[in-house]
Amino acid sequence: MKIAAVVRQVPDLIEPVEIAGSEKTVDLDGATFRVNEADDLALEQAILLKEKLGGSAVTVVALDFGDIDNTLYAAAAKGADRIIKIPYDQQQPPAPKHAAAIYAEAIRGLEADLVLVGSYAHDELESTLAPLLAGKLDLPFVGVVRGVRPSADGSSATVFKEFPGAAVAKMNVKLPALLGILSADEPLRYVPVSRIRAAMKTAKIEEQEAPVPAPASAATIERLHHPAAGAGAEILKGSVEEVAAKIVSIFREKGVCK
Amino acid sequence: MIANHAKVKPELEFLTQLDVGPDRKTVLNCMQCGACSGSCPLGDVMEYPPRQMILNARSGCLDDVLKSPSLWMCIGCYTCSHRCPRAIELTDGLWPAMRDKAMQNGVQPPKELQDAFQNVFKYGNSLGESPRKRMAWAEKLDVSVRDLSKEPAGVEVLWLVCDYPAYYPRNRVVTRAFARILTALGIRWGVLGNKERTIGDCDRLFGEEGLFESLVEYNRGLLDECQFEKIVLLDPHSYRSLEKFYPRFGAKYPVEHYTTFLAGRMDQLKQLLTKPVEATVTYHDNCCAGRRYDCFDPPRTLLQTIPGVKLVEMDHNRQDALCCGGGGGGMWLDGHIAAHGGQRLSDRRIQEAADVQADVLAVSCPFELSRFEDSAKVAGLEGRIKVRDIVELLAESMDLGERETT
Repeated sequence: MKIAAVVRQVPDLIEPVEIAGSEKTVDLDGATFRVNEADDLALEQAILLKEKLGGSAVTVVALDFGDIDNTLYAAAAKGADRIIKIPYDQQQPPAPKHAAAIYAEAIRGLEADLVLVGSYAHDELESTLAPLLAGKLDLPFVGVVRGVRPSADGSSATVFKEFPGAAVAKMNVKLPALLGILSADEPLRYVPVSRIRAAMKTAKIEEQEAPVPAPASAATIERLHHPAAGAGAEILKGSVEEVAAKIVSIFREKGVCK
Repeated sequence: MIANHAKVKPELEFLTQLDVGPDRKTVLNCMQCGACSGSCPLGDVMEYPPRQMILNARSGCLDDVLKSPSLWMCIGCYTCSHRCPRAIELTDGLWPAMRDKAMQNGVQPPKELQDAFQNVFKYGNSLGESPRKRMAWAEKLDVSVRDLSKEPAGVEVLWLVCDYPAYYPRNRVVTRAFARILTALGIRWGVLGNKERTIGDCDRLFGEEGLFESLVEYNRGLLDECQFEKIVLLDPHSYRSLEKFYPRFGAKYPVEHYTTFLAGRMDQLKQLLTKPVEATVTYHDNCCAGRRYDCFDPPRTLLQTIPGVKLVEMDHNRQDALCCGGGGGGMWLDGHIAAHGGQRLSDRRIQEAADVQADVLAVSCPFELSRFEDSAKVAGLEGRIKVRDIVELLAESMDLGERETT
């Protein structure tokens, strides 16, 4: 079985989110990046399927954005067979619609039986990538998936999709298909750094052009801003210690504690 | 004893190749006396206590050992290594090598430990904090700090602040106090600022050899650009790695733990220790400086020089001191150890301090403050016994502290 996994870089929220002077975008100049959590789970699911099925191969596709090389080498260390980077020279990540067009261009030729993409990314605004990419690739789509069991002949897969109220739907999907992954069958595996360092020396990052112009965005950002204090809200300011002292004082005043 | 193993079973090759003691003594020299298991503070809850781990490993059952939760229960107290009559280096040699092999075989370390590894790999500190906030401890400091990454200059002391002293709020009080003490002693000192990364001792002990090597490479590059006479640290674990293991990669620097560094300046220090600190103090020997470097007297000398301090000893002291459970990666194993029936060792240790009627449990390792303060709360001893780094007590007597008094 041929499995493709998309991994994206998202701003690491370990650093405060800064808004650019234009108030239209997040200022990414000083940002650090990390692999999108749900994409990491999609990759994990892809590797688990490869290990379980045998005779399978995993190809990881990523945009050249943020700290992507290290993410790709880590993917190789986990067991990915091919790691592909799509050149991209913009300061801001593509909107999901644009990203879907770019990834579709790169993935189409892989003839993958399964394309796995994280169900979400915390920097997505107008939509999520997975259904848009399925549309571009003209593939059946199931989102918010937490388990995948391909059939013995590889023509279909049973997938488990989450619904509100802790309900889970067991669905049969014809392959090829694209799945939006919420969680993998197993927790994320830890890969020793020595293996990642070895992959840095031996794994080859393939570059694949996917020049797709940005389509018109479905949503326009009027203004980005931090939450503003409204009526009835009091925003506490000061150091951590000062804010903590004020909270205690308010709790005492309200009789929450003595 | 199996001293000559010209022909060993393939599964024993791994063990024979280990550098685990003087003269490259291998673990096959173990005579199964059981001193290690009998000494291990968590040996009673391990599936494979140290002696049995060695026995099984060399009996061809290495895989069983590598898959056992016991492999991740050693908290690096060095008691087994200290007492081994064959001088087999279990803590620094055998356990890290076995963990490395386990991870290479796909065994997953406990989740808390994985997170710590990943934080170090990504952010250069085990707490998962922003590298840009490493110097936040000095924001309101009343003495100037020379950041050698911004202002290169020759200094007498390069102070490697390390993770907990830089980031953990309680430890920052100690960190600021040490900055004031260095300044009061007239020492030309500097730090590496936000460029500093963890030294990696816990990562090394837990078998993350690749991560440790990457840290050595980075830190060596940074240290080689600086001019200093000596590196001084508050963290004895980082001291251990810099003193013992960095030289294996060609990174050799003069380095000292702060207790010996300050004890070496006792004449000068005495003049500054003017304010009495009226307290009955007991000292917790940290495992690294204690059992690995016999650093038992310098911290006691420092404490006894403080006017007003009455020093008392706990039941377990010096080379027999009970571990706090935090060193060697233990800070990230409380959940794993509890899940397998183990107790937080600091909970036992704080009771020993209370038993000798101490007002203050004095420590000299950054892991110990939070561990013992938590344990004091658990034991219902909060308010009765305070946990304070020796640095804090010195600073108080020098009138350099942060206004919290004993």
